[in-house]
Amino acid sequence: MGLSEQPEEVPRLALDRAAKAFGAVQALVDGSITLFPAEAHALVGENGAGKSTLVKILAGVYQPDSGTLAIDGQPVVLSGPVAARDAGISVIYQEPTLFPDLTVAENIFMGRQPLRAGRRIDRPAMNRSAGEIFTRLGVALDPQRQARGLSVADQQIVEIAKALSANANVLVMDEPTAALTSVEVERLFEVIRALRREGAAVLFISHRLEEVFAVCQRVTIMRDGRFVRTAAAGDLTIDEVIRSMVGRDLDVLFPSTQAPVGEVVLQVEQLSREGVLHDISFSVRRGEIVALAGLVGAGRSEVARAVFGIDRRSAGRVTVRGQVLPNASPLAAMAAGVALVPEDRRQQGLVMDLGIDRNIALASLARLSRLGLISRTRERDLAADWANRLQLKFGRLTNAVSTLSGGNQQKVVLAKWLARDPALLIIDEPTRGIDVGTKAEVHRILDGLVAGGLAVLMISSELPEVLGMADRILVMREGRIAAELSRAEANEDLVMRAATGQLKGAAA
Amino acid sequence: MTSEPATRAPQKREYAGTDTSRRPVWQRALRWETGLVVVLVATLIFGTARSSDFLNSTTGFYIGLNMGEIAIMALPLMLIVITGEIDLSVASMLGLSGCVMGQLHSQGWPIGLAMVAALVVGALGGALNGVLVARLGLPSIAVTIGTLTLFRGLAEIVLAPRTITDFPAWMTSIGVVPVPGTQLSYSTVIFLVLAVIFGVVLHATRAGRAIVATGLAPEAARFAGIRVNRVKFGLFVLSGVMCALAGILFTLKNASVSYDAGTGLELNVVAIVLFGGVSIFGGRGTVIGVVLSVVIFGTLQQVLTQMQVQPEVQNIIIGGLLLVSVVLPGGGEAVGRLRARLRTGPHLARAAGTRRLAPPSSSDSSMQSEEKK
Amino acid sequence: MTTATSVLGTRFARGGALLRAREVGIGVVLLLVFGITTLHNHNFATANSVQQLLSGAALIAMLGVGETLVIVTRNVDLSVGSIVGLSAYVVGDLFKDHPGMPVILGFVAGIGIGAVIGAINGFVTAALRVPSLVVTLAMLYIIRGIDGLIVNGVIITSSNIPNAFIAIGFRTIAGIPWLAIIAFAVVVIVAYAMRSFRSGRDLYAIGSNPEAAALAGVPVARRIFTAFVISGSLAGLAGALFLALHAEVDVTGGTGYELLVVAAVVVGGVAIFGGSGTVAGAALGALLLNTINQALVASRVSAFWNEAIAGALLLLAIAFDRWLSLRVARGLRSAEGAHRDL
Repeated sequence: MGLSEQPEEVPRLALDRAAKAFGAVQALVDGSITLFPAEAHALVGENGAGKSTLVKILAGVYQPDSGTLAIDGQPVVLSGPVAARDAGISVIYQEPTLFPDLTVAENIFMGRQPLRAGRRIDRPAMNRSAGEIFTRLGVALDPQRQARGLSVADQQIVEIAKALSANANVLVMDEPTAALTSVEVERLFEVIRALRREGAAVLFISHRLEEVFAVCQRVTIMRDGRFVRTAAAGDLTIDEVIRSMVGRDLDVLFPSTQAPVGEVVLQVEQLSREGVLHDISFSVRRGEIVALAGLVGAGRSEVARAVFGIDRRSAGRVTVRGQVLPNASPLAAMAAGVALVPEDRRQQGLVMDLGIDRNIALASLARLSRLGLISRTRERDLAADWANRLQLKFGRLTNAVSTLSGGNQQKVVLAKWLARDPALLIIDEPTRGIDVGTKAEVHRILDGLVAGGLAVLMISSELPEVLGMADRILVMREGRIAAELSRAEANEDLVMRAATGQLKGAAA
Repeated sequence: MTSEPATRAPQKREYAGTDTSRRPVWQRALRWETGLVVVLVATLIFGTARSSDFLNSTTGFYIGLNMGEIAIMALPLMLIVITGEIDLSVASMLGLSGCVMGQLHSQGWPIGLAMVAALVVGALGGALNGVLVARLGLPSIAVTIGTLTLFRGLAEIVLAPRTITDFPAWMTSIGVVPVPGTQLSYSTVIFLVLAVIFGVVLHATRAGRAIVATGLAPEAARFAGIRVNRVKFGLFVLSGVMCALAGILFTLKNASVSYDAGTGLELNVVAIVLFGGVSIFGGRGTVIGVVLSVVIFGTLQQVLTQMQVQPEVQNIIIGGLLLVSVVLPGGGEAVGRLRARLRTGPHLARAAGTRRLAPPSSSDSSMQSEEKK
Repeated sequence: MTTATSVLGTRFARGGALLRAREVGIGVVLLLVFGITTLHNHNFATANSVQQLLSGAALIAMLGVGETLVIVTRNVDLSVGSIVGLSAYVVGDLFKDHPGMPVILGFVAGIGIGAVIGAINGFVTAALRVPSLVVTLAMLYIIRGIDGLIVNGVIITSSNIPNAFIAIGFRTIAGIPWLAIIAFAVVVIVAYAMRSFRSGRDLYAIGSNPEAAALAGVPVARRIFTAFVISGSLAGLAGALFLALHAEVDVTGGTGYELLVVAAVVVGGVAIFGGSGTVAGAALGALLLNTINQALVASRVSAFWNEAIAGALLLLAIAFDRWLSLRVARGLRSAEGAHRDL
């Protein structure tokens, strides 16, 4: 089977007009994709385009509300992940599911180890088979080494080997290159070519367009939960891809009261974190929104965490309102007036089992207590006040926050921090996973705060949000600031190029 | 993309058998306490049925006398378990501190000073636990099994093979005489006072909120500025000091101490805490529950002793109660899971031993976890 | 380039081999302790003394094997000590009431009792998803209670037990005590099963990454159940051997064994968080602890120091374990590029 560019007649996999909604949020409106054997097929689209939902449908984790799925021409219903695996579909997620204490070979063959007489595991055969798979893939990994400590790149290879050993013929790779060095990326490309030689279809999801064009034969573009177009990679330019990804009627009105920009609130100088951030310097002033844009793994959240003190920085200085912050002390940052609405709402932003009132009050306990005792009435009043101001929709204030929708949960996190009257609000993915209506509300809230003099450092993967809200955009790439764009000069194209290293003259 | 009016996402979401987890912590706790009250009342009725003057002050005195030290040790252990850790060294510290006090006193130290020394030893022992668990991040169950052995061993070095019986009479009378003005033993009064303090701290102060947050969601706690490691360290030191206090009371009550004082009591303390509704997973528990549990255990033991039921059967009953107290909710969840499995068909398999999973309470939450940058 | 880094990684990275060094390490320490003590007290190395060492460790080693299975799956079995006590007494009682009973039945009875209790533990833990710490703690109480009821103040003495049975407790073959041979056999059999059968590897998978294990199709609940049944059965067997060794038993048989076993297992390199460690290591840990105990006696260190030293040792072992695994992980990582902790 050669590296044929021409698709064969019967697609290995054909998903047609799949739709999926979660409550009020329509994650996928029209998901369609066709995969032929021996092709590497790219799936591109921004955050919110619906790629992940589509992948989960292929993986059998979700069942589509409508639409059809056919494998080798036969209509199929995947009732669960096991069914998907039996159908030959294997997904390589960003989060590996390996057993750290076991060897690589055992990881590959867990539950399916080759046996010899007496139902005993044939270890030499297992190691040999693992070695053979690695040879087929063209990589040099020791099957007998422990899985613990494997680099992300190697973990991926093991996952791929796992898939192959289970006779997968459709491999979906979700942002596989996000955390890889260029050398490792090259190796992955070789592996993908080897997979194609074996006749497998590879679905390659990535933001990194130059990589997409380096290794894929066809490209499918999605936008806003819909299929936009599919074309051969040779027939497209990067420009066209970007345009299809982002082109939309920008009739989304983002509130933008032009607030007077005041003195510097946050000054970051040569912030570094070993292996993660290099020499980051920027400032944020009163009344302005500075956005950190970039791709997965660019280091944006890491900047937020380093500034707030959750992570220890290895070099650099952080000054808030003239006060230099000690290293790795969230308490000091909070005392200086910094607030952080974290990226992961459920794990980092909220205590899910606690009530709305307790969550809102969690960062303001000092204020609410008199002689060490927390005044319940003041706590409730604080919570009620903010719930009102942010127009929170809830049953009772004492209900656990786990009962709220994503949008309302985000409001709780916001309320928690705003209750401290911060000088600087760092907000990481302000509207991720939130319905459209609440999104608009959050934007309005932020705008109002900024007009009142708050300084905001916003991290977002949604380009319209970045372009609509930010006064200045810092585009990050691989732990560095690649470009700084003002509101006037910024557009989606420029930001994407800077983020993917396409910008002429910018730091590559 | 036009903006839609803000919609209220549906609150209800089908999830196998853990509906109760949607209610706030205190509501769920209330159900447990109510159950405990029922059990307590049943026990009291049982007791009075057996002997009509069961409910008199002497009974109360003796229950308190027997349970006092265990009860005092249960309070800090409750907090430790709420943060998701455990301290099995409690009874050994009781023994060690008693031995230290006894030894120093027998060498001429004034009793007051000897007591202070015992408390200091408690603090140091607790600090050892705290450093190993909170700073070095070692698993508390293994560490405290180690310190359990270590403290007991130190007690042996300090005192063995002697038994100290020479204590000032006015002090040892606390073992026999109730606090003037009440019908309760000294250890009982101390316990009740401490229980009130602990209750206030846990339910109405910053420290208490920090403790609960640490147990429920340590990462979120960190992001809110709570110093999780410091909280745990402090609780272990507190536990050490209070176990030392218990050791002092234990020694004076018995008017003697030897190196094996209190051997095996740790299991009683753990049983009482768990039976009091404190979840072994962390994050949940009330002082009232622990107090009720203490009273139930004490009363039950008293009743059974008066009925001349052998201590062995008492053990069976305690073990049975403990088992029931965790099997009921566990069994309920298992039935719920079974029902859900039958209803919705095969799902992602879930492994035994996984910590409680947060229910996907709303539509967007699943998007949250999967949307990539 | 890639090949070079991978090969370099391999050098450091036979993490398996490095950790197996843990068992070797224990062996080395064992020999050191033995050697140093013998220098001080030549009697330590006599045949009699060595036999005592082996016999004394045999029971805990056997319990350690069962406990390892359970701990590897991220659980714990605190009921083993009470199972030993109950089993020892019931077997003794059986012999007392049925003097002609064949010796083998005594063992069957002991194992049977342990298996039943293990099954209860396993069912509640695996099917009802109750944390094993609580379950086995409760069972400890219950079993002690039942034991007390059955004992009812009556002590089983050597006159109640057939000589053939007691013989197992002190007889030797080629100088090696029967007890040690039995313990060794148990260790070898279980170690082999853990290494060479899918079900054994499943246990490690469950402890290493429970979610991944379920995804890979491992029957998690069934495996955990079996681990508890085996742990209970071995405890029951140990109970019968306890009777043979001591030739008498009362209500205090086996008290405190559970903590001793956990200590031995941890010293032997079994991670308390599950996923790694071997039964051989656990057995060596038991032997080491017992040897140190006896070494202190032989060196005429006051016996009062034993427990303190044991406790300190345990803490050192836990800390060392942690340090070692961090070191191994860092060593494994240093050869390569971007990393995410597994």
